[in-house]
Amino acid sequence: MMEDIVIFLTLLTVGYASGTWLEKRHFKRIREREEEFVSLPAIMLKKPLNDNEIKDVKLVNGSVVISIDYFKKFVASLMNFFGGRISTYETLVDRARREAILRMKEDAGEASEIVNIRIETSSISKNASQNIGAVEVLAYGTAIYR
Amino acid sequence: MIITNIEYIPSKEVVEHFGVVSGSTVRAKHVGRDIAASFKNIFGGELKGYTELLSESREEAIERMKEQARSLGANAILNVRFSTSSVAAGAAELYVYGTAVKVV
Repeated sequence: MMEDIVIFLTLLTVGYASGTWLEKRHFKRIREREEEFVSLPAIMLKKPLNDNEIKDVKLVNGSVVISIDYFKKFVASLMNFFGGRISTYETLVDRARREAILRMKEDAGEASEIVNIRIETSSISKNASQNIGAVEVLAYGTAIYR
Repeated sequence: MIITNIEYIPSKEVVEHFGVVSGSTVRAKHVGRDIAASFKNIFGGELKGYTELLSESREEAIERMKEQARSLGANAILNVRFSTSSVAAGAAELYVYGTAVKVV
């Protein structure tokens, strides 16, 4: 009994420490790359702003799978009981989406813009035998080369 | 083969439609990746193995769609959409579909 509590608390602390550290580092990297790619607009419009001088078009995509940590999982199961917003999950899906968009932009290379972007989120936790909690985000669109 | 997810190709004209073409793959993860992922579930962070697996499978689905379009005599695929669904425990289906056309 005592051992179980010790193991649980250790996992919780380790999960909190490493999860927070990884998330901070990831957000820092995301912000840096977002600044870098600010000149490559990714828009939801179905058409490029003008059709002049378009040399080539290409389907580009970017995807990422991010896992939850032990602490987030615990907070979520608590909030399932009390209700309310689960902010630990909100940051998780936020950074997954931003990462996917950035990878899509990296895939586009020398493009002048990316039009008609779609973002799709799926959870791969439900189907896993050992209940692995993770979120997959796919972003795709058409890169326009001028 | 030109692939886009918009409804036309700028500076080109569609001359013939061939209808819907699609490609799909069903992939299962192997045990090694599952064990690594369950560790990651404690620490958090990106599951690189899964990211690779899913993007490889997606490429394969696109390849299959292209093959189907080629066999019909098309040279472009418009309005492409992706979809992911889980069919069985531990396996995921990646499906991609679009409209095959001939452009000049």
